[in-house]
Amino acid sequence: MSALLKNLVNQPYKHGFVTDIESDVAPKGLGEATIRMISAKKDEPAWLLEFRLKSYQAWLQMKEPVWPNVHYPKIDFQAISYYAAPRQKPKLKSIDEVDPELLRTFEKLGVPLHERMALAGVAVDVIFDSVSVATTYKHKLAEVGIIFCSMSEAVLQHPELVKKYLGSVVPTGDNYYAALNSAVFTDGSFCFIPKGVKCPMDLSTYFRINTEESGQFERTLIIAEEGASVSYLEGCTAPAFSSNQLHAAVVELVALDNADIKYSTVQNWYAGDENGVGGIYNFVTKRGLAKGVNSRISWTQVETGSAITWKYPSVVLRGDNSVGEFYSVAVTNHLQQADTGTKMIHLGKNTRSTIVSKGISAGRSNNSYRGLVKIAPTAAGARNYSQCDSMLIGDQSGANTFPYIQVRNSTAQVEHEASTSKIGEDQLFYFAQRGIGAEAAVSMIINGFCKDVFQQLPMEFAVEATKLLGFKLEGSVG
Amino acid sequence: MIYQNSKTILEVRGLRATVNGIEILKGLDFTVKSGEVHAIMGPNGSGKSTFAKVLAGHSAYEVTAGQVLFEGRDLFAMAPEERARAGVFLAFQYPIEIPGVANSQFLRLSYNTVQAQRGKEELDPLEFDDFVREKMKLLDMNPDFLDRSVNEGFSGGEKKRNEILQMALLEPSLAILDETDSGLDIDALRVVSQGVNQLITPDNAVVLVTHYQRLLNYIVPDFVHVMDAGRIIKTGGKALALELEERGYDWLSDEHQAASETRAAELTL
Repeated sequence: MSALLKNLVNQPYKHGFVTDIESDVAPKGLGEATIRMISAKKDEPAWLLEFRLKSYQAWLQMKEPVWPNVHYPKIDFQAISYYAAPRQKPKLKSIDEVDPELLRTFEKLGVPLHERMALAGVAVDVIFDSVSVATTYKHKLAEVGIIFCSMSEAVLQHPELVKKYLGSVVPTGDNYYAALNSAVFTDGSFCFIPKGVKCPMDLSTYFRINTEESGQFERTLIIAEEGASVSYLEGCTAPAFSSNQLHAAVVELVALDNADIKYSTVQNWYAGDENGVGGIYNFVTKRGLAKGVNSRISWTQVETGSAITWKYPSVVLRGDNSVGEFYSVAVTNHLQQADTGTKMIHLGKNTRSTIVSKGISAGRSNNSYRGLVKIAPTAAGARNYSQCDSMLIGDQSGANTFPYIQVRNSTAQVEHEASTSKIGEDQLFYFAQRGIGAEAAVSMIINGFCKDVFQQLPMEFAVEATKLLGFKLEGSVG
Repeated sequence: MIYQNSKTILEVRGLRATVNGIEILKGLDFTVKSGEVHAIMGPNGSGKSTFAKVLAGHSAYEVTAGQVLFEGRDLFAMAPEERARAGVFLAFQYPIEIPGVANSQFLRLSYNTVQAQRGKEELDPLEFDDFVREKMKLLDMNPDFLDRSVNEGFSGGEKKRNEILQMALLEPSLAILDETDSGLDIDALRVVSQGVNQLITPDNAVVLVTHYQRLLNYIVPDFVHVMDAGRIIKTGGKALALELEERGYDWLSDEHQAASETRAAELTL
């Protein structure tokens, strides 16, 4: 790889700062006592503690998955702190009571928390380490019956809803990291759109890991009742530490009849340095249940960060005529590893799913697409279209595609297309010969490559994603 | 056309260049003045295409000796994109495909980058669309190819037209056409040649790198140079090309060989 390409991909991580704030950090280690401590800190009802302990028992019986195409030293779950929270006044009445240091942190990250300064038309729930520190536009949303708050608050204020839906899409024993999350999750966002309501603004959660030796285990639950619709955005960053932090989240979406949920992520966790030291292990379970007829769930993700990404936002298409979509751009550089994709489980009749995955690998990174399209015997007339494209930058990166297709209904139609391309010296020379420098050239090639996915992102996110990608890959070409 | 008071556009002196440690250009001298059309001919492997790529700045080639002045400036002190912005244009023998990037977008970025360098006005997408469609008529091109990805799925002829279209947009002072005639049928060759002819002015110059004399029936050169083993071994007028077509290259190489042996013998004496 030429020096030019190298400089292009190797831009510094700009969110790597640490906020100096007094925190409550639980002692390291995991056991029933840890779980009881978390539950007690949050004043949780007994059923939730039960849920956690049951999950913990399930987790103890399970084995860490080894099938992903990623490699890392064994995680010592006893060396992690499972709770870290900035010390602040117990009950916040308004944003003005939030620690100014925190407000500054989020302003620096481009997520101002004061509603008068906030992103127009986007309500934000902000998670700092293990707790939600602020939620904007909450009252405005409540006027139309929308509940948007932290998970901790939802557990106390709307226990019937949480109890009904928590674990209904991702059961406690679903997989190793989901079980761990179900045992120790600390906070996350909760969002409920009642029957017939179209959410008037985009909702979003911004996750920030700040404490070096803590893990982040957040839990997000979004429910759209009959005919409701919502667009949800998620962003994440973390300081640059030389150690690895574990991020094991669970996101559950439920769409009832004719409901529509669009979930977009720009994941920019710290990815480690150019030698692969440090970075987040992003082991996440995201799943949507298109439960009702004509419901629709759409995942759009731009994955640029994390040392390791292991994530398969999926849709279970249970309602007849329901629609599942997955649009993904995953970028890896240096020694990053990503094994990401989706699962589309067709159960209902005439269900349709679309998968568009774009993997970009630079440096010495390894980027795998893994996806399952499953058509059950009940899914008459189901259709899937998958397109998986990989792009290699330089000559030391790897790209893999692992598509799994299981069809048990002969009336189904499944299509899969895949391609691999490479940004090479000759392409860059062609641009240069037309007066276009390497940076502009790479940005143009990448944006062209990712166009189908970026079109799916809400406007502000699309702009952000384009910038992030340019930044991320600056210096990678040459 | 040879003009009396023309200025020197390109001056190459004693140019040597290697690829993977193997010397391809072995002391090349070459001068181009404004208004002139030069043809460089020669057998396969004589170094013609290497010469074109070295001038454009391809990183696979290492310049080991010699000097090149472009309009009085040291060409090798400039990065490839700076050379392009300054007015050096290479029409590629094999234009590369760039999937996902719309041709219109690519052409506009290229055009605006070069315009900005010259302190001239840049065009927004709508203005550019009108402008580029006008230029495309010159080459008898179908407008729908603006929406296609750069060179992707283009036929050989379409790729070559796209190259000349870029030349028309960028108005370089030195255009090097590397085997632009290869892969063209006779109709396409005529259209492309007419396009090139309309772009020749007293202020710019064209260097045609070609195997065959048939291109030179359409774009008439003022000078024909024969390259062999990394050097120009003979220079003549249009008639030389016709003679080459009739007799091939061997007689020239033999003649050159004999001449250098004689010279060497004289030197040892």
